[in-house]
Amino acid sequence: MKKKILALVMAAAMTLGLTACGGGDSSSAGSAASTGSQSAGSASNVSASDFKVGAIYINKKSDTAGYTYAHHTGITKAMEALGMDVDKQLFIVDEVPEDDTQVGAAVDTLVGEGCNIIFGISFGYLNEMEVKAEEYPDVIFSHATGFKSNETNYNNYFGRIYQARYLAGLAAGLKSLETGNNNIGYVSAYDTEYAETCSGINGFTLGVQAVNPEATVYVKELGAWADEVNEYAFAEELINSYGCGIVAQHCDSAQPQLAAEKAGVFGCGYNSDMTADAPKAHLTAPVWNWDVYYKHAIETAMSCESADQFVTAMEGPAYYGGLNEGMVDVSPLSDNCAAGTQDAIDQVKALIGSGEWDVFSGVKLNVTVADGKASVEKVDAPLMTNDGTEIVVAGGTSVEDSVITGSMNYLVEGVKNA
Amino acid sequence: MEMDKLGVVTTFIHNIVVYNIPLLYGTVGEIMVEKSGSLNLGVEGIMAVGAIFGYIVGCYANSLGIGILTAFLMGALCGLLFAALTVSLQANQNITGLTLTTFGLGVYFFVGNGVKAVSWPVMNDYENIKNGFADLTIPGLSQIPVLGRGLFDHNIMVYLGVVIALVMWWYLSRSAPGLRLRAVGENPGAADSVGVNVKRYKYIHICVGCGIMGIGGYYMGLNMSGSFNSSCWINGYGWIAVALVIFANWNPALAVLGTFVFGFFNTLRVSGSSLAAAFPEGLGWLAAVPTQLYQALPFLITAIVLVVSSIRQKGSGQPAALGLNYFREER
Repeated sequence: MKKKILALVMAAAMTLGLTACGGGDSSSAGSAASTGSQSAGSASNVSASDFKVGAIYINKKSDTAGYTYAHHTGITKAMEALGMDVDKQLFIVDEVPEDDTQVGAAVDTLVGEGCNIIFGISFGYLNEMEVKAEEYPDVIFSHATGFKSNETNYNNYFGRIYQARYLAGLAAGLKSLETGNNNIGYVSAYDTEYAETCSGINGFTLGVQAVNPEATVYVKELGAWADEVNEYAFAEELINSYGCGIVAQHCDSAQPQLAAEKAGVFGCGYNSDMTADAPKAHLTAPVWNWDVYYKHAIETAMSCESADQFVTAMEGPAYYGGLNEGMVDVSPLSDNCAAGTQDAIDQVKALIGSGEWDVFSGVKLNVTVADGKASVEKVDAPLMTNDGTEIVVAGGTSVEDSVITGSMNYLVEGVKNA
Repeated sequence: MEMDKLGVVTTFIHNIVVYNIPLLYGTVGEIMVEKSGSLNLGVEGIMAVGAIFGYIVGCYANSLGIGILTAFLMGALCGLLFAALTVSLQANQNITGLTLTTFGLGVYFFVGNGVKAVSWPVMNDYENIKNGFADLTIPGLSQIPVLGRGLFDHNIMVYLGVVIALVMWWYLSRSAPGLRLRAVGENPGAADSVGVNVKRYKYIHICVGCGIMGIGGYYMGLNMSGSFNSSCWINGYGWIAVALVIFANWNPALAVLGTFVFGFFNTLRVSGSSLAAAFPEGLGWLAAVPTQLYQALPFLITAIVLVVSSIRQKGSGQPAALGLNYFREER
């Protein structure tokens, strides 16, 4: 009997253990309650020194890498650029799980602090923020990566990271031509479950194929947004079993790049410049400049007469910045890149920037490099999935933004599951 | 693409060993602790503490040996805390162990973030750590096809883990102090009455056991090239180790086998699709298994092991007094 109780205790303990790693630091939750609470502020024409920004984070604000870190850095950078005092004007509730009750409590806390605008950075916050936007019409709500909004004080924001991935794909493709190895690996948090990961894989692959149509991108799905142990193992598996000479990634840590470095192959990181982590392997990484949006949003919010004008002032309920706005980019190319990579990227960037061309369309780019000089040629070609379905006819217009952010669930030609 | 079949199998075996050896450290450490009659559920936290201090001190000293020693000592220090609370102060062992997990993970992030804010040591910059952790090929044995590179081409801490397990097996089953320790775990009152210093035995073995767990944590840090991010290096391995103790029936030699059986399922997640691609006829179905099932597999196996072992009554190696505090005056 005793043993059965013991077994039960152990089983319970293990269930706890599944979540234990995520929540190590219990001291920082609810850290917004530092100054005296005030009545809910209104956004109407508050001066820069009185404007209060609230933020709800999924992980710890003290993180030194990863998703929450990227947003926290973006918000503080934007506030500093606007001459605001981060210590006094930024209120944070961190380690908020994607649970309506807890998100609601976090919003209540921030409204209680008198925040004029509240940013929620995790996808699962979208429903509760919608409810709260109605409850507090004087406060602006802004939600990252989601698709919900209203016509007044609730918008969402995201970036065209697939454009940056396309550029990284060019770098990877040129490197594969140089090494003669057409197998390229890609460690991805998810594949077709989320449009975000799916469009990333597709953007990267189209970039690769623009320079090397023979190349195959082998995608290995983690099934988690962050899982460092397996991020390394998956990259190693792609290198050893699939013979990949380049490893790209859609996951937080630099583990895949470290694996590439150890195996003596190359790689494209994500989120931040990972050249320092893997100096001999890293080519370039698609990166986010969240501060671009945060600066724009805070500035716009401060200029609004009242909170209900925010969505109009932002020119729509969904902000979707790309290379052109500087919201996404690729990190500076390392010396590992093949000759002509910079030129190829610059030319394609200009094409995208001018609005002349975009990644998911019926027009394909053929990029060739000779003597360190790139030449880019536009060719009408259908956008095909890897099971032979035609998505866009040759010469057709781009896939709609709502598909790229919301419903894309196919992998393009050249992608294989590993 | 034509896959290198033997290469895929070799990599699979190699991965089973290299990614799961920390489980062996955790399990063997926990067996030692439990043989003294103490149930320590703090493995996860203790491994985290050993990992973070071992890694940082090891790097600054640029010595793998000092790293291992530090990880051991910091793990042992956690053990000392556990022993002081449960042996001397008679605190509930389950609660103390769980607390130690929370505490250990807190220390991990506190120290890690603190050091990272100043300057994080990058493993590749420390030649002795990098080379010390590099694969050491065992001459002769490593020439065996497939198995050779799979089993005998690993870093020194893999071999150390197996050696510790075997020494522990000998200690617990053949040596006089080991037998006395088992007496303490089975019936501390009886051991006490024949002159065994129960308190001292418990203290020493809890500390040494926890020290071994600490080394396992250090291994995990090194295996991830010491890159410190928002998730913990230990990643739930400490909990699996607690279950592996039962799987191994409190026998350190069986723990080696248990680690590899467990590692097999753990590694399927990484290598399943490669095996499917290399052997489409026999193993092609592995590719159809959803990632989520692979992720859950180690924990499902754990649950099954717990159920089976709680049904099995005969021949259990579980110490009779496990989880019960010994208070002399109540004897």
